[in-house]
Amino acid sequence: MSLSQDDVKKVSLLSRLLLTEEELTTMTEQMSDIVGYVEQLNELDTTDVEPMAHAVEQFNVFAADERAPSLSRDEALANAPKRDDECFRVPAVLGE
Amino acid sequence: MSESLYEIVIGLEVHVQLATQTKLFCRCSTQYGAPPNTQTCPVCLAMPGSLPVMNRTAFQLGLKTACALNLQIPNFTKWDRKNYYYPDLPKGYQISQYDLPMSQDGFLLITDPKGQFEPRKVGIIRAHLEEDAGKSMHDEAAGKADSRIDLNRTGTPLLEIVSEPDMRSPLEAKAYLTELKLILEYLGVSDCNMQEGSLRVDANVNLHLQTPEGKVATPIVEIKNMNSFRAVERAIAFEAERQYEVWLETKQKIGDVAKQTRGWDDQAQVTRAQRYKEESSDYRYFPEPDLAPVTTTDEEIAAVKAELGELPRQIRDRLEAQYKIPAYDADVIVNQGQTTVNYYETLAKNSGDGKLASNWVQQEVLRVLKERSLEIDAFPISTERLAELVKAVAGKEIDGTRAKDVFAEMLDSGKSAPEVMKEMGIEKVDDSELENLCRELLEANPKVLADLKEGTHKAVGALIGQAKKKNPNIDPGTFRQMCIDMSAKM
Repeated sequence: MSLSQDDVKKVSLLSRLLLTEEELTTMTEQMSDIVGYVEQLNELDTTDVEPMAHAVEQFNVFAADERAPSLSRDEALANAPKRDDECFRVPAVLGE
Repeated sequence: MSESLYEIVIGLEVHVQLATQTKLFCRCSTQYGAPPNTQTCPVCLAMPGSLPVMNRTAFQLGLKTACALNLQIPNFTKWDRKNYYYPDLPKGYQISQYDLPMSQDGFLLITDPKGQFEPRKVGIIRAHLEEDAGKSMHDEAAGKADSRIDLNRTGTPLLEIVSEPDMRSPLEAKAYLTELKLILEYLGVSDCNMQEGSLRVDANVNLHLQTPEGKVATPIVEIKNMNSFRAVERAIAFEAERQYEVWLETKQKIGDVAKQTRGWDDQAQVTRAQRYKEESSDYRYFPEPDLAPVTTTDEEIAAVKAELGELPRQIRDRLEAQYKIPAYDADVIVNQGQTTVNYYETLAKNSGDGKLASNWVQQEVLRVLKERSLEIDAFPISTERLAELVKAVAGKEIDGTRAKDVFAEMLDSGKSAPEVMKEMGIEKVDDSELENLCRELLEANPKVLADLKEGTHKAVGALIGQAKKKNPNIDPGTFRQMCIDMSAKM
């Protein structure tokens, strides 16, 4: 299966990426290659293999409901491109 | 209203915040009301390399709720990433559950003791455990200004409870929510505070209409932004009428247009179309590789069920049977919560009269609590003290009206019922005294006597007032009956 330009357009929209026509062509090629590579797995016969939900055979990893210190606000906001005294600031979100 | 023209079909999605100390996947506090961005860590801020670890208590509270809602609990469950971009979702995905939720296929029974709708078993499709997003604050006045983001709430554990579209009226929807909230409170799994967002409701609504061409359904609308159960009731009623109008105009059927999301405007009492959050709601779910799946054995599920305790419906049935009270009474008491049930039961036992105890709790105790905005734990009259008064009423030592005066005096004085009754000069009138009074008044009022002899019993009313003036302690009911009996022999 190869990806169409429309598939890539849709994924870029969902990912909030604006691609130029040129980028769209490049991405469609590259993503098709990636999907094609992974698709080789379909050649394996998995009829009697139980599906896995996780790559590691590990279950029931829990932590106790006990508080641990949080980051200070300044640490929490340290990487924000834009902030004020209390909050992250982002371009206005419409549509609520 | 056009009730006969359509049937309203309602399904509800409830998000309830579980009562944990810490978040679902990290150990930051979930305390409400903290200053913005003071309860975050690398996990809930989505820093690279951080690893979520499941909160054991959150999972247990989810199991408990699932059992109480008659849900099936599979032995294996896992989490998935629900991908979408929004500034209050730092990871760019929400950890939720998709194809293997922790519980599915349950039900909740709703009834109305006033008989406004038939008892209904509302199906519950699933209840799954997921994380909350942060909070966006929009400065509407400034218009184009930035939005401010507080990530304290990010990662708070939520149980999403999804009903089947089984409800048929706004009243039934409200009953479902009321019963669900009551169960969650009895279980202690959530504080269910709607103002603080601990319980949120979305409603899916459409209409089924009978047309000459057969039965048709209108497009489904999801209503959001309802901040009280009353708002849910009103929003659904409004939406039904609106959809009917739209149907008449457009004849649009389900499938003709995309599912719409509308927000309830409580001020204007209307629903309004909301902008689409996504161009297409394609969440591209895939298994969350950072979290290990969870397995539950049948023994563990049985243990959770065994520890559930009595649920509201069972308590109602038991109160009805044990204390011989009507379903309506049991409903009122149980809907007040466990502490009121405890108060009532102690009062009923100590006074020996379940129905009278129920009347006193419903009428006087709940009235005072409401007037004074108190919780029942803080009610000034203990069950022991109130029981003495209820006993006196049951034994006809005092009539209901004067008992209310005694109650009012007991409320703030700390005095016992016998003390107050003594102060007010209230004592039981013995039978010979009552007989004398009866004879005296009947002889003095030949007209009343004649009426009574003819069987006009209401004539006795004129004498009760006179009798009370002569002796305020008489029990009007006993006096009335005695007059009737005596008149027949005179």
